[in-house]
Amino acid sequence: MSVDIHALSGAYAVDAVDEFERAQFERHLSDCASCRAEVDSLREAGSLIAETSAVEAPDSLRASVLAGIQNVRPLPPVVVAAAEAGRSTRRRFPALVAAAVALIAIGGAGATVLDLAGDDSRGTEVAQVELTATDRILRASDAERVQQKLPGGGTATVVRSKTLHQAVILTEDMPAAPSLHTYELWLQRDGKMIPAGQIAGGTNTVLLDGDAASADAVGITVELAGEQPTEPSDKIVDVIGFETA
Amino acid sequence: MNRLTPEPVGTPRGVPAAPGDVLSDLLRRSARGDQQAFAQLYDATSSRVFGLALRVVRDPAQAEEVAQEAFLEVWKTSSRFDSDRGSAMSWLMTICHRKAVDRVRSAEASTRRDTSYTQQNQTIDHDVTADAAQASMEARRVRDALIGLTDVQREAIELAYFGGYTHTEVAGILNLPVGTAKTRIRDGLIRLRDKMGVHS
Repeated sequence: MSVDIHALSGAYAVDAVDEFERAQFERHLSDCASCRAEVDSLREAGSLIAETSAVEAPDSLRASVLAGIQNVRPLPPVVVAAAEAGRSTRRRFPALVAAAVALIAIGGAGATVLDLAGDDSRGTEVAQVELTATDRILRASDAERVQQKLPGGGTATVVRSKTLHQAVILTEDMPAAPSLHTYELWLQRDGKMIPAGQIAGGTNTVLLDGDAASADAVGITVELAGEQPTEPSDKIVDVIGFETA
Repeated sequence: MNRLTPEPVGTPRGVPAAPGDVLSDLLRRSARGDQQAFAQLYDATSSRVFGLALRVVRDPAQAEEVAQEAFLEVWKTSSRFDSDRGSAMSWLMTICHRKAVDRVRSAEASTRRDTSYTQQNQTIDHDVTADAAQASMEARRVRDALIGLTDVQREAIELAYFGGYTHTEVAGILNLPVGTAKTRIRDGLIRLRDKMGVHS
């Protein structure tokens, strides 16, 4: 968990977070009343900024909106336990977390569980989705996250859950590998580099092969395409170290 | 200037926002399927919702799509609006903002990645804001409050709110150490909140 997750309240209130941070922060919100109150008030403040950009909407928008609602009925209120009724919607999160945990426990891997992220945290609709291995890591309570700008451009974020023994790398705008080459991923453990899969340039999310629980770092190197290297080349793109606890 | 023409429902646009309890009431009636109430809600808020979508996604056709999606979401989830947690206007803008940001991030055009382009275009240009906003007392108050922020706070908030950038990207654009943009955004919003007298 980040050192000071509370500091994300402002960025979260104006959607200036990536998906990982959103999931983490919403998990935090479920048990931090002061952050919930702060987010609400900062959202209120943030939405005032939009007052400065009001523009007459085209008539066609009115027509299509009013036509659109003909075909959809409003959703019923979120059903909450009697004791919860009337309390703020945010407070139903712990209950949902508990429900999701219970489902995971019953269903095991690949079970269908409640997706807490929803499509917007206010009007949150509880969607049913398959939680992938990657999602489980991103949402793990012990998820550690290290983000780094890559020297050659783009950013890489490594997220690891020690309890799940797995790590995920999320890249953004990484330049493509030179022609006839690929990017190889490595887990570094006790100074040794262990192959952990490959990743293409661009924006990608890849689950690393191998047990990441005891790894010290994740490396990215450039390797000849088609080879299965056992040792990293000296063309190191970056080494992303986990913070030592 | 049709901007100042009273709306059919009697809600003058551009002038102070419809009182919050009126919007809340319209939302509650919408939740019960009252399309008339929703039309009134639309008329009272469309210039702000559309304006925000346009500001973030820039392309008028796409802004219309985003605003339409946002209004449909508002209609569908109107029963979930909780007035204890904030105003109806803020709830609408939050839904619209999220949709607009999702749109720009998924449709990331290469031009938007070009930070120099962005820096030239992202800051609020006080001269070209819409007539509606000019006429709005609320907008004036907000603008005054924004001027009271530090430059970095204001720029960070504008890049995040209107640019749709993450705080990490904002840090890159403003050459701030990673991790500090989120603090600037938070500090700025707190200052804005306190200046505008938003109750927490």
